[in-house]
Amino acid sequence: MTSHASTPRVSASRPKVYDRLTPDAVLDALRRMHRIRRFEEAAEESYIRGLSYGTMHLSIGQEATAVGVCVPLTDADCITSTHRGHGHCIAKGAELTPMFAEFLGREGGYCKGRGGSMHIADPARGNLGANGIVGGGLPIAVGAALSAKKRRTGAVAVAFFGDGANNEGAFHEALNLASIWRLPVVFVCENNQYAMSMAISRSTAVANVADRAIAYGMPGVVVDGNNFAAVAEASFAATERARAGEGPTLIEAKTYRTRGHSRSDRNRYRTREEIEAWKALDPIARFETEIVALGIGSPARVAEIAAEVEKEMEDAVAAASASPWPSVAEVARDVYSPAGTRV
Amino acid sequence: MGARELSYAEAIREALAIALAGDERVFLMGEDIGVYGGAFQVTGDLVDRFGEERVMDTPISELGGAGVAVGAALTGMLPVYEFQFSDFSMLAMEQIVNQAAKLRYMLGGAVQVPVVFRMPTGSGLGGAAQHSQSIEAWYAHVPGLKVVEPSTPEDVKGMLLAAINDPDPVIVFEHKLLYKMKGPVPEGRYETPLDKAAIRREGRDLTIVATGVMAHRALEAAESLANEGIGAEVIDLRSLRPIDKPAIIESVKKTARLLAVYEGVKTLGIGAEVSAIVAESEAFDYLEAPILRLGGVEAPIPYSPVLEKVAVPQVDDIVASARRLARGQV
Repeated sequence: MTSHASTPRVSASRPKVYDRLTPDAVLDALRRMHRIRRFEEAAEESYIRGLSYGTMHLSIGQEATAVGVCVPLTDADCITSTHRGHGHCIAKGAELTPMFAEFLGREGGYCKGRGGSMHIADPARGNLGANGIVGGGLPIAVGAALSAKKRRTGAVAVAFFGDGANNEGAFHEALNLASIWRLPVVFVCENNQYAMSMAISRSTAVANVADRAIAYGMPGVVVDGNNFAAVAEASFAATERARAGEGPTLIEAKTYRTRGHSRSDRNRYRTREEIEAWKALDPIARFETEIVALGIGSPARVAEIAAEVEKEMEDAVAAASASPWPSVAEVARDVYSPAGTRV
Repeated sequence: MGARELSYAEAIREALAIALAGDERVFLMGEDIGVYGGAFQVTGDLVDRFGEERVMDTPISELGGAGVAVGAALTGMLPVYEFQFSDFSMLAMEQIVNQAAKLRYMLGGAVQVPVVFRMPTGSGLGGAAQHSQSIEAWYAHVPGLKVVEPSTPEDVKGMLLAAINDPDPVIVFEHKLLYKMKGPVPEGRYETPLDKAAIRREGRDLTIVATGVMAHRALEAAESLANEGIGAEVIDLRSLRPIDKPAIIESVKKTARLLAVYEGVKTLGIGAEVSAIVAESEAFDYLEAPILRLGGVEAPIPYSPVLEKVAVPQVDDIVASARRLARGQV
């Protein structure tokens, strides 16, 4: 291919979203995707070595969705997350040390060890928390959007949920309420193809979760969830629509979790070939290729970011591991607020 | 100047109006609470006075609606959500029990959920099995919730205002038979504590601990018992979580006999907790008779009025049990 032919071709294929992101913002997005990947690999390693307790749900392979959705958000915007929520938390700006300390059940964790992997939250940055109940976060996000509308903050709320939640009543009630009240909320379905072992094709009567948007009078958008630019573009459109008072959007990001559902998963419901095919669509590798191809970052810079995150995660694991256990005398602390402390 | 009287429903409406006028973060949600005025005419004309954004008609969508209230409470608002019947709250239990009650704890104290859920409760209006239940004990079993059941117009106004001003989720049970009951209600804003029982009548021979409409039946029974020379002390629990243990213990130390009366199904209900509070305390040593419980029958609430009446304790039942207890016939 000649340079004469290739120049317009690169220009034509350059996703528009990069026109509104500085190179630093794009590289920061890449950094966050690496942080998610490394955090979860560290969590997995910690479990395999017998250093952690309880359960965890890994989102390895889904990083572009979490980060792409959060790119247009500020700390004033809220998210609700899922049991598979490490990625959302990091994408929304959480720090790795208190996250990992929470994963280990330590007092230095975001939830002081009371929540664990399934409840990590960071309210200061608008993360209202991961949720152990499938569909539990959707109505709460609608409430946060109602609150933003009433307080005229201009903020939006984003509800992350999986394909498994799209058959819960909470999904349907939340979409309907958000639409009749035209609330600034974005519903983001991370369709990773399986609700535990239940394939989306077996669980859901429509081809796309996004098809359900029509029943609630809102736009439904399907995007390649392993493509950062596609997700970010959809998120910009939906959040701008929400901020303009035009109401909610349902985004369905098609993606895949390459790890099992949780620790108990023996992968009996899918084939190795399927997993390998999706691994070939790894969102981080694709993002790095695109960054280099578009000249946003050099190969050296991209490699540097991965190495920096590697070190950052090592430090976070060490710091988190040094965090003390909660005091057993305080097992019932924070069930209620101290009297007279309502904000 | 004679004390001003309001109905229980009017007292609730007055509390809501004071809260709405006093803090713009307060808003109401619920089915048919707008122009309809609420299924029990509690919200009445509030939508005319405060507008549709403050008094929000909510679709029949309890899970979603309750969750929206939880999310709004998490992010700076003070929602008051009316369930049309407490029975319908089961559709929203996920948001009440898994979310509202637990979020503060799960998140290490980083958030508050200052939401109020109002729940019309109890039988006596022919509502049958799905519109008449008394499920207070279910919610009172959940750490993170506060559960109250005011029995007078004065208390429901003060406790509702306290609930709205409370940092944590509060469930207010309102017995449907009380909505039209009148009683003195102080003017203006005041708060009634969410953790204190009220001694409605003093007596030396036995303690009757009752909730909601049963507090009224216990008082009526106490009148009748007094004619027989039996002095019944009547404690209106008012709060189920937290429960006022000292009030129960001190009373039983004085009377040496305990009868717990509640409308919910007898087994594993409020009476079990009241009994255990005495059994586990120094009051146990003062007991001169076994503890008795009077609760609902082990069946759904029936429709037929003759059956509905016998399904929950009535005044005569309380008199009979109290008499046996006071006369050592247990």
